[in-house]
Amino acid sequence: MTNVETSMVTRADFFRPSIWTRLGYALLIVYVIYAAATLGLSWERIERGVGYGAKFLAGFFPPNFTKSDLIPGLLESLQIAFLASLFGTLIAIPLSVLSARNLMPAFITWPARIIIILCRTFHPVIVAIIAVKAVGFGAMAGVIALTVASVGFVGKLLAEAIEEISKKQIEAIRATGASFMNTIIFGVVPQVMNRFIGFVAYETDSNLRHSTIVGVVGAGGIGGTLFSAFQRYDYDFVAGISIAIIALVMLGEVIQIYVKRVFR
Amino acid sequence: MTSATTELNQWIRFTPAQRLARFAVYLGMVAAVAWALKTIQIIPEFLYDAPEQVLDMGARMWPIDWANFWPNVWPALVETLHIAAMATILGLCMGVPVGFLAARNATPFPWVNHIARFVLVATRSISTLLWALFFVAMFGPGPLAGALAIAFHSIGFIGKMFSEGVEESNKGSIEALQAAGATRMQQIVMGYWPQVKPTFWSVALFRWDINVRESAILGLVGAGGIGVALNAAIDLLQWDRVALILVTIFVVVILIEIAVMQIRKRVI
Repeated sequence: MTNVETSMVTRADFFRPSIWTRLGYALLIVYVIYAAATLGLSWERIERGVGYGAKFLAGFFPPNFTKSDLIPGLLESLQIAFLASLFGTLIAIPLSVLSARNLMPAFITWPARIIIILCRTFHPVIVAIIAVKAVGFGAMAGVIALTVASVGFVGKLLAEAIEEISKKQIEAIRATGASFMNTIIFGVVPQVMNRFIGFVAYETDSNLRHSTIVGVVGAGGIGGTLFSAFQRYDYDFVAGISIAIIALVMLGEVIQIYVKRVFR
Repeated sequence: MTSATTELNQWIRFTPAQRLARFAVYLGMVAAVAWALKTIQIIPEFLYDAPEQVLDMGARMWPIDWANFWPNVWPALVETLHIAAMATILGLCMGVPVGFLAARNATPFPWVNHIARFVLVATRSISTLLWALFFVAMFGPGPLAGALAIAFHSIGFIGKMFSEGVEESNKGSIEALQAAGATRMQQIVMGYWPQVKPTFWSVALFRWDINVRESAILGLVGAGGIGVALNAAIDLLQWDRVALILVTIFVVVILIEIAVMQIRKRVI
């Protein structure tokens, strides 16, 4: 970078960062050093860690796909993801209509918004902890946790999509004397349908990712199998599960891209 | 529908192929849900018991254990914020170069693009908790493992958004630099970088916001942060303390979302 600046004799001033930018970078560097010290980052630790890592990776080979827990766990993750997407979307649709500021008065939008914000704030795993306490171990807790996350995600995006629609079509439909439900069905739905499908596809993909980890806290799916394999130092099985999860998630991403293309 | 004339007069929005594709997607959705509903294992006794359990939990959570905030929760919270910030910086350091390599216009070698794209997809596919398990095994429990876990998980997101930003950048200034005889590095620094700077900052902010949420759960596998305090409180059945930690996480996440919104409005 420096030789670029010096080689351009006079016009180099153009590209010289301002004093505030420099101060900002200096502060950033100071913070990084401070934070690295508090995190306990040191060179010898990294060196030792890489040594452990190599040993650890050696334990991964050959990956073990043959244990009987693998397929049921993956299938349970899929079930959790599908059902959570379904329930989450079903709850999110009315909630987002209620929270759209161009359709509803403020005293209705605020409570609906607060529900959506509450659902979005907590990571699905934290919700899963609460759900496990409420309904016990198993897939049900996972479905509840991911449903909450889906409500937050689809609700927020769909509410924003509804707020961005063209008002003219709604007014035209209202002018014909349509009821509220008819205005929604013929004025709002056609305008947000394609984006909605995109959100649901994305949400299902994200649920699939999360459904593979909620098992860590006992909420069903492959995550529990993975965690217990880890604790038993059963590293070749850990590798098998990890590869299976990655394959599943990648497949989900491919399907998501395909669905989005169909509904463009 | 049999005669050609009626078909011509009838206006159909999509081509048969499009309709077939849409039908296939709908069918797939219905089949997936039907299969899941039919085969999922739910224990009905646990479900009947749920309202009672929730009430019990609510009763145990109240009153919230405010006194515990300064001695126990505050240090963990600071650690969480450090983890999130360091992970974002590290993730940017690793994700931005990979993003440049994945962008087809900045790196005109298809095989490099493919490798970079695979790295982006692979790092994103491994969840934060899984990365955290690996790094805890490598570096021992603590915030270092957590920061590395989130950093590696965010490479995929940062790199993907960044490479899209690079691919959308305007060719004119790059060609001008090429005509002036700039090297590839100079093209990146002087041509691409000023154009993708807004993308860079918005991705950094967005990812920081996500990373704070993610770092709250790392403690479940021992990778530091407020999750350690949460996990300990749950294991000890101290529900009033759990409530305190949940409230703390909620407030912090909301504050950060407001901060990100304000910065975005002013700077970008």
